[in-house]
Amino acid sequence: MSSREAILGGLRAALGRAEGDGARQAVAARLAARATHPIPARAQVPHDEQVELFRRLAGEVGATSEILPGPAAVPEAVTRYLAQQNLPAEAAIAPDPELRAIPWHERPMLALKPGRTHGDDLVGITGAFAAVAETGTLVTHSGAHHPTTLNFLSETHIVVLPKARILGTYDEVWKRLRAVPGFVPRTVNFITGPSRTADIEQTIQRGAHGPRRLHVLIVDGGS
Amino acid sequence: MSTLPASPPSTAHAFPLNAAGAIADPALQKAMGRLKGHFIDKRAAARARLPEFDALRDAAKAIKDHTLAHLDLYLERFEAQVTAAGGHVHWCRDAAEARAAVLAICREHGARIVTKGKSMIGEEIGINPFLEAHGIEPVETDLGEYIIQLAHEPPSHIIAPAVHKNKEQISDLFVEHHHAGDRSRRLEGIPELVTEAREVLRRRFLEADVGITGANFLVAETGQTVIVTNEGNGDLTQTLPRVHIVLASLEKVVPTLEDVSAVLRVLARSATGQEFSTYTTFSCGPRRAGDHDGPGAFHVVLLDNGRTRLLGSEFREVLRCIRCGACMNHCPVYGAVGGHAYGWVYPGPIGSVLTPALVGLPEAHHLPNASTFCGRCEEVCPMRIPLPRMLRHWREREFAAGAAPAAARWGLGLWAWLARRPALYRAAARLAARALAFLGGPERRIRSLPLAGGWTGGRDLPAPEGRTFQALWAEGRGRR
Amino acid sequence: MAQTRGRVALLVTCLVDLFRPTVGFAAVALLERAGYAVEVPPGQTCCGQPGFNTGDRASARALAERVIEAFEGYDHVVVPSGSCGGMIAVHYPELFAGDPAWEPRARSLAARTRELVSFLADVAGVEATGARYEDTVTYHDSCSGLRELGVRDQARRLLGKVAGLTLKEMRHPEVCCGFGGTFCVKYPAISVKMASEKAADVQATGAGTLLAGDMGCLLNMAGRLAREGSAVRVRHVAEVLAGMGDRPAIGRAS
Repeated sequence: MSSREAILGGLRAALGRAEGDGARQAVAARLAARATHPIPARAQVPHDEQVELFRRLAGEVGATSEILPGPAAVPEAVTRYLAQQNLPAEAAIAPDPELRAIPWHERPMLALKPGRTHGDDLVGITGAFAAVAETGTLVTHSGAHHPTTLNFLSETHIVVLPKARILGTYDEVWKRLRAVPGFVPRTVNFITGPSRTADIEQTIQRGAHGPRRLHVLIVDGGS
Repeated sequence: MSTLPASPPSTAHAFPLNAAGAIADPALQKAMGRLKGHFIDKRAAARARLPEFDALRDAAKAIKDHTLAHLDLYLERFEAQVTAAGGHVHWCRDAAEARAAVLAICREHGARIVTKGKSMIGEEIGINPFLEAHGIEPVETDLGEYIIQLAHEPPSHIIAPAVHKNKEQISDLFVEHHHAGDRSRRLEGIPELVTEAREVLRRRFLEADVGITGANFLVAETGQTVIVTNEGNGDLTQTLPRVHIVLASLEKVVPTLEDVSAVLRVLARSATGQEFSTYTTFSCGPRRAGDHDGPGAFHVVLLDNGRTRLLGSEFREVLRCIRCGACMNHCPVYGAVGGHAYGWVYPGPIGSVLTPALVGLPEAHHLPNASTFCGRCEEVCPMRIPLPRMLRHWREREFAAGAAPAAARWGLGLWAWLARRPALYRAAARLAARALAFLGGPERRIRSLPLAGGWTGGRDLPAPEGRTFQALWAEGRGRR
Repeated sequence: MAQTRGRVALLVTCLVDLFRPTVGFAAVALLERAGYAVEVPPGQTCCGQPGFNTGDRASARALAERVIEAFEGYDHVVVPSGSCGGMIAVHYPELFAGDPAWEPRARSLAARTRELVSFLADVAGVEATGARYEDTVTYHDSCSGLRELGVRDQARRLLGKVAGLTLKEMRHPEVCCGFGGTFCVKYPAISVKMASEKAADVQATGAGTLLAGDMGCLLNMAGRLAREGSAVRVRHVAEVLAGMGDRPAIGRAS
């Protein structure tokens, strides 16, 4: 008997499982129903309030954010942010069609390298699939448009997030995520603030292994 | 091969000795004080901020109860999803099978260096010494796990493994291991220590052949494994190497994405008081066509190691545990002695229930006995596990096996015998009240009493008033 | 005989009976003043908790059966102890679960049983006991009373109405004092450590008196405070509420 059979057999015995006891149907039904559980009311508010809630909660854990009037404002915002952080004007950038549509040529001194990073890039720029106001969290997933390494290897992570993609709750995220072509992707990341650790004397430090800085550009207008 | 290291050895049998050492250790006591202040206040604050918190605990309990009642079917679904995504599931009955499965995967890919995210299952099966014995170098990447790896110590808390260490001890470890003992390179500040660890471990992340993570949850609907970290080390561990291995015990399964987000809503809040951990990551399968990064192979090692037995026992409810650590954060016994005193992988109240199941009651019998049943653990458990009741079940098994300490059995046996004979009981009580009142003298306290050293070693015994209530009442309510 | 609100049976508890009858008489006084006729069933000895917590369900059941019998027929059963009260109200039904003869009787007793302070506040509707006690007092929440029976605010409300009394809370009134029945002698080093942490919390309030609703906690804390040379007086909350706060404190001559 294989280990698999031994374990499954042992489980069925422990549960008193009998053939035809309706358990399979119950499981299938429950998986299909995707019933929700108590959903925090704090994020079930008008969208403008969701945006504010997202910014406030993200800010509490050290993620900075700003609202831009449209994609055309992104290059200036990125250049300004990097200068303020005393960082060189260069970044690895996700090969995301939405990011490609941004008029980067208006900031020719900003050197952008599309693709993944191997850790030599101080800054990574990506889009985001969504954000969750409930906890101030960004949602990204792997794919041709989004190398996962850009979320983790650079010290500074800049996210270009269309304002309409700020959702209220996790339950809303699941609905949209299931509709992504190729679902399930290799990785879905939920990111709430920059990397941190409290492993030395319970004192919080940023930048344990992931980024020290997380900056979100919330882009109004358009998709 | 008898020379291979076995699952981590237990010193649980030496709990009283371990505990005494811990109580006498000022650095540890200071560290425990920090832990309590940090986690207890933060959980309370997080709970106060979320009105739905207790309703979500009820929902999380119901989700897990349903899942456990159908665990075989959900595991089958999970496996089918992983396989469909190009991954492999390895079913392992015990620690030895799990270790062998991991080794085989490492050998298949010619692995020499393995990075590790924090995994309690990894601790449970003793994977690190096993890999080392086979010429493979495991590198812990969670900062706390890395620190204790350097110190050759086991974790003392399930989410803050190095909580027992202070900054000076960590500085010394870094000097020894990063700079070959060159004291001129010793760092004083916490930010500098974290930065040095980041640099050292970054090199290891990039050179690893295989990455091993644990899993807080396995999502049956999608075949995803979920890890919850704050550092991002789990993500670098599972994204950079060629192979990603997930170690998970059977009961980690949760049916749907809606179910997992319900439980996630209580996990971080119960553990550290955060709304959500910094990085909560869902992974399934190897990299897909078109992906720019990610592992080429994905393996899930599913471990039984006693879970099936627990499922069919009066301890089933302990399988709801989501490894948040709230129970130990709030336990006054854990707070007094720290995690190492428990002597094995899992400390605190959850450890006191699990350890006898996994290493045997004769070895671990002190753990369920070293509790006042204060109930604070159950009060804060997000999954509403009735931990005191489980501890009592272990005591019942111990009693039924005739294994309770003789003095306790005789003492309590005598007590029960008397208590069943009211007239005799009343007479004995009258005698005891007079005798103890006499011993207490005019100050009405007893500083030492033969056979009662356990009490009088550290406190006085207040003397009784001298007469019993029953005697006074029978005399006609002798109120003064 | 004057009209009463009902018959109350007092379950004295072994520790009150042996160590401090004053608490029993305080309970009687409080209940009578609240308008109840108090009886003390003579056959009572022990609620069975020591055996229960040691894993000896058989002896716990044997003692529980006696308690059920002795206390049948009373409208209310009142216990000046959260731990014995919890044993009866929460664990007796568990002990007899599935037993067709005893489970209904156990449930009936459980439903009629209350810890003393909770009975006064929640059932008898007492808002003030008319006592006086001139001191700053801190109150320890005994674990069973708090977590099994939900006793927390009742004691504080009643103490708030005691003339001359100032209540000062500990940082952590709800943390276990380290008594835990046989735990205190099975694991004395840990027990004493827990008691000394609680003692430090007590001392930090500056209170002159420590009160609680359970003799186990009170003996433990009085013993530890005395060993530390503290001047804090330790009493059962019933004594203060009944106006008997002038008696010698626990483990003291005065």
